[in-house]
Amino acid sequence: MTRIITPLAAGAALLLLGGCELGAKQSTQTGFRGAGLEQIVDVSEIKEAAEIPAAPYPLPPDGGPTAGQSYQNIKVLSGLSKERFDHLMAEMNQWVAPPAQGCSYCHNPENMASDEKYTKIVARRMLQMTQTVNSRWASHVKQTGVTCYTCHRGNPVPEYKWAIAEGTPTPGTILRNKHGQNTPNQNVGYASLPYDPFATYLAGRSQIRVASSSAFPSSKHIVSIKDAEKSYGLMMHVSGALGVNCTYCHNSQSFRAWNLSSAQRGTAYYGIRMVRNINEDYITSLQSVFPAYRKGPRGDPYKVNCTTCHQGVSKPLGGVSMIAEAPVLRGVAPAETPAGAAAVPAAFAKPAAMTGRK
Amino acid sequence: MMARYQNIFTQVQLRGPLEAGPLLPPGSFRRLGQGSYNYWAGKLGAAQLGPIYLGRLGIASLICAFTAFEIIGLNMFASVGWDPVQFVRQLPWLALEPPGPQWGFQLFVPLAEGGWWQMAGFFMSTSLILWWVRTFARARALGMGTHIAWAFGAGILLILTLGFIRPLLMQSWAEAVPFGIFPHLDWTAAFSIRYGNLFYNPFHCLSIAFLYGSTMLFAMHGATILATGRYGSEREIEQIIDRGTAFERGALFWRWTMGFNATAESIHRWAWWFAVLTPLTGAIGILLTGTVVDNWYLWAVLHGYAPSYPSTGVVDPASLPGAPQ
Repeated sequence: MTRIITPLAAGAALLLLGGCELGAKQSTQTGFRGAGLEQIVDVSEIKEAAEIPAAPYPLPPDGGPTAGQSYQNIKVLSGLSKERFDHLMAEMNQWVAPPAQGCSYCHNPENMASDEKYTKIVARRMLQMTQTVNSRWASHVKQTGVTCYTCHRGNPVPEYKWAIAEGTPTPGTILRNKHGQNTPNQNVGYASLPYDPFATYLAGRSQIRVASSSAFPSSKHIVSIKDAEKSYGLMMHVSGALGVNCTYCHNSQSFRAWNLSSAQRGTAYYGIRMVRNINEDYITSLQSVFPAYRKGPRGDPYKVNCTTCHQGVSKPLGGVSMIAEAPVLRGVAPAETPAGAAAVPAAFAKPAAMTGRK
Repeated sequence: MMARYQNIFTQVQLRGPLEAGPLLPPGSFRRLGQGSYNYWAGKLGAAQLGPIYLGRLGIASLICAFTAFEIIGLNMFASVGWDPVQFVRQLPWLALEPPGPQWGFQLFVPLAEGGWWQMAGFFMSTSLILWWVRTFARARALGMGTHIAWAFGAGILLILTLGFIRPLLMQSWAEAVPFGIFPHLDWTAAFSIRYGNLFYNPFHCLSIAFLYGSTMLFAMHGATILATGRYGSEREIEQIIDRGTAFERGALFWRWTMGFNATAESIHRWAWWFAVLTPLTGAIGILLTGTVVDNWYLWAVLHGYAPSYPSTGVVDPASLPGAPQ
């Protein structure tokens, strides 16, 4: 009997180990001791830093005639010097346009001033968007800033994007109808959570917070568990997009409490608002400009989410700033930075200071 | 080697006339079959299988259980477009979801919007309750106490609390648990997130204490009996008037190691109460969530029960003037 049972038991134990992830882990304490505030990284899963393309040619000095004086039909960057304008065009060629088409991806080579290609209209709006992101949303992108390359990475259409999902062909019946959940989906880390949190939270402005701010029930706070599942789905997306776990931002003692959260949660707060701003004012507003083949199954243009820039790392492009190569993309800083943007406690630079240990 | 008779992993299986049990009261159904011996069943417990008594309650309960099982399974099958391969591959993710919050606690929700969930819940509950009555009636028929029925009832109470009583109090079916493997686990996590960390619900704490206590008592009792099996502990039939050496040794062991020993009778009361209180306290904790307390962490802070950690100094951006909402 033992001859059969022992190998069986050993086999079953080995099978259970199949649920484990092999390989070395790296653990970093990020907050008060004993509260599980740490980042655990599977060393073999760390994303390689994306390659930063070399500048097409060195950034020319500012000054001389402006683009507005030199070219026709300049609407956004007319005040920029012609030399810098040309440099930016060369960069956009490298960052966005397909190599086979180059300048003609957006321009009519016979008449560079013409707006006949939709891509030129989109590119113009994207320049305004990039300036807004770098100025109005410095609370999220800090001084690192973004350029076209942060999202595009050499592709005419960024690789990571979303559009409103096709949905079930037979709503109102149970056939092929999972009510937008209960499907292995990467968006939500292969959980059974609602897998399309984007339309709700990144195009719409639904309330993400589900826990009550009061200990006791009130008619002012009616939030269903189903809403909590949706919000949870969005958080799984953020976690996957940044390659971090929950405690990167939250303290598991109370996901809601800000005074227990890390400064990164504040950054994420602004990031979510930034994404809504981008989707609403800079992409959905181009609905009529995009041709059908650049739209999702429901006819809306492809929009951005956290993965569009982050692509699995907490700081896009490993935190490398490319903005010095395209200073005009900084835009015009608003008169005052949004409140709270600077409220990054020094404590996070030195977790040991919080634990009271030397 | 001489054959040994032990109470678990029995090495010698007895074979003889099958045990039929006492006569049934008038009006009862007949027991099904004559019973038989099974070698592998004998490896784990008694080698005799059957005869089984099903009766009206048992048959009704099985029909209801089958109905609930079919409703759940066919809904899941339909959700993947009747594709058998996808049904198997996605099975852990598939679910039958309760009605959404827009339906409140409406009695009849359209089938595709949660009506099937209501029906599956109804048949599952009915099946459990019928089976409960059966355990009660069969215990009475054998002249036993009804401890098994009440222990089973504690578990049923927790199920009904999660799927019916609390949704009724909250006036929303959407508060109930979906049927499904991963979906019910994700529901559990979402429930805790929505209600500010169930960890700080004192009845959740009690339930965990009784759950862990149950496993510990089970291990202590099982180990004691097995360890004294060599002295025939399970066969000391005259223990009440004359405790045998097996019992004495077991008792002495615990007095030596922890200064106290349960008696052969009281250990079973300990185990029964621990097991029964696990779902009972759990059900109380569930009932209080959302009805009496909306955020357990804040409730625990209010009562000096949540440990306090140094503030990180981060403020809610939404509370700052001029911040985007």
